[in-house]
Amino acid sequence: MNMIVCIKQVIDPEAPPASFKIDPSANKVVPPPGVSPVIDPYAEYAVEAALRIKDALGGKVTAISLGTNQLRDIVKKPLAMGADDLILLEDEAFDGGDSWSTAYALAMAIKKIGNYDIVFCGREASDWNAGQVGSGIAEILGLPSVTLAKKMDITNGRARVERVTDEGYEVIEFSLPALITVSNEIGEPRYPTIRGIMAAKKKEPIIWKPADIGVGVSQIGSAGRRTKLLKLFQPVREGKCEIIKGETPEEAAANLALRLRETKVL
Amino acid sequence: MAEYKGVMIFGETSQGKLASIATELLGGGRKLANDLGQELSAVLVGSGISNLAREAIAFGADRVYVVDDPLLKDYQTDSYVIVMEKVVKQVMPQILILGQTAIGRDLAPRLAFRLNTAASLGCLELAIDPQSKLLLQTKPVYGGNAQAVFVCQSYPQIATVRAKAMTPLERDESRQGEVITIAAGIDPSAIRTKVIDKVAERVEGIRLEDAKVVVSGGRGIGGADGFKQLEELARMLKGAVGATRPPCDNGWMPAGAQIGLTGKIITPDLYIAIALSGSSQHMSGCSGSKTIVAINKDPEANIFREARFGVVGDWKKVIPAFTSKLKGLLAG
Repeated sequence: MNMIVCIKQVIDPEAPPASFKIDPSANKVVPPPGVSPVIDPYAEYAVEAALRIKDALGGKVTAISLGTNQLRDIVKKPLAMGADDLILLEDEAFDGGDSWSTAYALAMAIKKIGNYDIVFCGREASDWNAGQVGSGIAEILGLPSVTLAKKMDITNGRARVERVTDEGYEVIEFSLPALITVSNEIGEPRYPTIRGIMAAKKKEPIIWKPADIGVGVSQIGSAGRRTKLLKLFQPVREGKCEIIKGETPEEAAANLALRLRETKVL
Repeated sequence: MAEYKGVMIFGETSQGKLASIATELLGGGRKLANDLGQELSAVLVGSGISNLAREAIAFGADRVYVVDDPLLKDYQTDSYVIVMEKVVKQVMPQILILGQTAIGRDLAPRLAFRLNTAASLGCLELAIDPQSKLLLQTKPVYGGNAQAVFVCQSYPQIATVRAKAMTPLERDESRQGEVITIAAGIDPSAIRTKVIDKVAERVEGIRLEDAKVVVSGGRGIGGADGFKQLEELARMLKGAVGATRPPCDNGWMPAGAQIGLTGKIITPDLYIAIALSGSSQHMSGCSGSKTIVAINKDPEANIFREARFGVVGDWKKVIPAFTSKLKGLLAG
């Protein structure tokens, strides 16, 4: 089973909300000082999904990441978790893209890799929460796609996937090759093992430039955008919480109950 | 682009009825259509759904396109994208709005790529720019830490909208409209997936989305046992129990109980947030609550910036005392 997983380096979404700042004049997020970037958590679920299939059936997992300033220690995490190869689409021309230009570049890179059974993506990335790159890659490559997967079994070239729905889940069957986006319901991704970390240290990523995947700079990055970001802003919070006090936590709890009655909240 | 005209909503149906998201989109879409001075249409896709066209008109549509075919009984990416491509090419709307549901979030991006246009998913607000007449698409980004306004300069401009972001109109049976049937014309071999089973994971009691009171717990609850205490409080208040992401990822609560950017969006009268920090991604699922009450031992927790009332303390001590005091008050 040959699998490709699309990953991404992002600002740590678990960083405290107070550290989140934007530069309104540039419509950009200011990376919080002293907080290391991470692999997008949704993409980690996708890596986990691929590794579970590799555990069961064997095969090869190739991680692919698009961006600039990709820190090697960060983007090598899939290798440390058990992936076999890492390809970086790394060039300033890839920068500032939207779902269109990103999906296009990734699709062309996947085409170049060629031999694959499943392409995995996270359900969305934790930075722009666009949730479109997976479907976009599938459309460009003409693959069937199943989104929001939480469980998957592969038998004889056919996949059976549980897809999260609003009411629960549905079970979908399809032939490979296909694209699957993975949801967090799949469960916690594995931690890298010491052996994995050592192996990842020794492994150098493969770097591809736009010309390597046969794309023109007008089709990728900010030049290839179909959407325009007009404004980026932080919603204002009111922050006027009435703290209910008491001699003991129990008394505070009772006072809260009284206050909710008094204000007719309950 | 001049020939593209009108606002279209994709009307989801559920168990023989228009889904609540469909009536919400009709309400929001009506306003956008009025602002543009153009028509509002709805498209209904499914099997045995033709009778709902009148209902869509009663909720605000000027025109309803119905694609009714046994092959469309289950949502499948391939069949629905084919049908919607056909409808959009025939009707040529300027704007197409879908719900941010399991269907909408799958259909919208793939359709956008097929039609060579772009989509924004999970919008909170849609408006028409007075100058350019383009659709301003406002959505949470960075897990709700920020919001972004996007425009798309190709037609149709496609957006999905989150539940409860738009308000339905009053149902009015006297409203007039036209119903147009479009043949699906799908080649079954073009559908590459097959739905084998559908499983509803119903949480017992009141549905989270319908509950007036929601008692919600975070990582600090510590395990499935802790949530039993929250259930007791919720039962007494005739409410439902929710959770942040970690309790669901850890299996303390079912995935369907998750509230937030990656879970459900709720707007109860009262939201009791217990041992949860109030991360942006969680708040984007409950910030529409009328009153938020926070119980957390960390006075610096972000939830106290969101709440109306708060108690700083260990929930294990606060909740039993709170529950028993309330029991007395509500009985009296």
